[in-house]
Amino acid sequence: MDNKSMKGWLYLLPAIFFLGVFMVYPLADVFIYSFEEGYNSASQTFFGIGGYNYSYVLHDPYFLQALKNTFLLVVITVPVSTLIALLISLGLTSITKLRDLYQTIFFLPYVTNTLAIGLVFMILFKKTPYSDGMVNMLLNLFGAGSVDFIDGPYWAKMTVLCIYTVWVVLPFKILILTSALLSVNQDYYNAARVDGTSKFRIFMRITLPMISPSIFYLVITGFIGAFKAYSDAVALFGTNLNAAGMNTIVGYVYDMLYGDSGGYPSYAAAAALILFVIVLTITCINMLIRRKHVYI
Amino acid sequence: MKVVLEHLTKRFPSRNRKEKADVIAVNDFHFEIPDGQLVALLGPSGCGKSTTLNLICGLQKPSDGKIFFGETDVTNLPPESRGVGLVFQNYALYPHLTVEQNIMFPLGNLKGKDKLSKEEMKAKALEAAKVVQIDQLMERKPSELSGGQQQRVAIARALVKRPRVLLLDEPLSNLDARLRLQTREEIRRIQRETLITTVFVTHDQDEAMSISDMIVVMEAGVVQQIGKPQSVYDDPVNLFVAKFLGTPAINVFDGTVKGEKLIIGGDTVLDTPGVPDQEVTVGIRPEGFWVDDNGAFKCDVQAVEVMGRDVSIVSKHAGSQSDKIRSIISTEFKMNHDVAQVRFTLKPGKVHIFDKTTGERIRF
Repeated sequence: MDNKSMKGWLYLLPAIFFLGVFMVYPLADVFIYSFEEGYNSASQTFFGIGGYNYSYVLHDPYFLQALKNTFLLVVITVPVSTLIALLISLGLTSITKLRDLYQTIFFLPYVTNTLAIGLVFMILFKKTPYSDGMVNMLLNLFGAGSVDFIDGPYWAKMTVLCIYTVWVVLPFKILILTSALLSVNQDYYNAARVDGTSKFRIFMRITLPMISPSIFYLVITGFIGAFKAYSDAVALFGTNLNAAGMNTIVGYVYDMLYGDSGGYPSYAAAAALILFVIVLTITCINMLIRRKHVYI
Repeated sequence: MKVVLEHLTKRFPSRNRKEKADVIAVNDFHFEIPDGQLVALLGPSGCGKSTTLNLICGLQKPSDGKIFFGETDVTNLPPESRGVGLVFQNYALYPHLTVEQNIMFPLGNLKGKDKLSKEEMKAKALEAAKVVQIDQLMERKPSELSGGQQQRVAIARALVKRPRVLLLDEPLSNLDARLRLQTREEIRRIQRETLITTVFVTHDQDEAMSISDMIVVMEAGVVQQIGKPQSVYDDPVNLFVAKFLGTPAINVFDGTVKGEKLIIGGDTVLDTPGVPDQEVTVGIRPEGFWVDDNGAFKCDVQAVEVMGRDVSIVSKHAGSQSDKIRSIISTEFKMNHDVAQVRFTLKPGKVHIFDKTTGERIRF
């Protein structure tokens, strides 16, 4: 090894050390746990090695419920939030007056604590002995009956969770898309204008391809973020998510480790790895789509 | 299609909070561009030439004045209804589209009875590409092209709709020196072939002089002089135009006219019949010197640069406003390189005198 690459490795050493201890080792450990059947963290013993943990998790109704919840959340919130963020960004970039004000307002949820937003949603949606919540009041106004969004039917709870998630992820997406839109060279629009291009065609043929890298970035990180959802559900439905039927995969992992049904690190590890494989697969599919449709 | 600019003025509101006065980018521009000509708007940066171009193509609206294409008043028409082709300084080629798609893009905007089939569009794009000789590159993306090729694609895209007026904004500024020479001839050829009235903006006087039928010299929003390149060069109306045109630049001196004779730094150099006695600014073109042992204009030689085709003498003179005078002498004259002093007689047509304060030309 020559002097120069020695030096390089030396510089990398601290990062490699910490990443190794806090990232690589735990990851490897999780992988190993997931195959150790009946592992007991107190006695550090296990019965044998095999795929039982996976089989257990995949047959656990709570996990299946969590899987379904997570998938619904991903499939609904990622496209919806990206689309809304795009519309808002387009609006923001086409006004000059009050743009800063609106930008600040749209960015507020980003700097607000998850649980504080949860409280706001309680006021909006929760039924208490004194009030049915603001949304129900509105529904009543239009002649519809009250719905219990927090402790009521599944679809109502899912709706609230989706609205909540979209609301929380919007600011970041607006920020990225606004800056992407603003960085498109004005000359492209002028060139298109001189040629008499309609607004719709400008958007479809110029704006959209130009900001496609940003949109793609948001979709990928959106997918990953939504698959990792947990705190949002807790903020709305409390910590006993299994009882509420609103658990997510990460919530399931947490419960298996520390929850009431906790103390099963092997099941937790298996669930975590299943999540990992799902996210990896989706991201790979995304990458393939990107190669075809995103201009760089 | 002739283009008539009638007392065109463009004011921008001031951004400076203390200075409320509007910025006048173009001031009372009045000119008729004859049909089928290549016209250069020439001036230093910030002189309003690009604004003028934007006014002609309709991206900006004039504050005052009118624009006619032929007999039609287009002042209030949006760009797309004017039938102009515009080539941007950075070409503004859509990076995600191929050359062919770029050239076809304007055609895709046609609606109603003008709407073209895909085959017609392809045929028209190929035709335009052939004019600028890029028909071999149709499948490439702009990023895979050289600067000169991108420039041609941009011109093809502007030509494909058969515009009545072609506008080019600093078309050569992004090219290297070699390509610039080539491309400017190319622009000339394309303009000759298509006979489309063409206006181009440049700050490079070489560019403007070499290919245009007419040049418009602008400064601070005001048109200084309009004319054929040679006549503007030979007969500048003021000191600014004289200084702006010509490489090497004109030599400028402080001088005096006394008894109808021009005196520079003590040397009585030229007869100026009919000019009253006054202090003046004198401009002498580099090619306006003859070496003459009995010449009246005495300069201290600093260097003699041999350029092959001719010789450039760098010298000093007490009356000069800069510390260097550059004179270009034919090589037929055998110059002695070691002399300390050189004496010149001046060619009258190459010496211009200007009013000391206004810079206006004083003719004699």
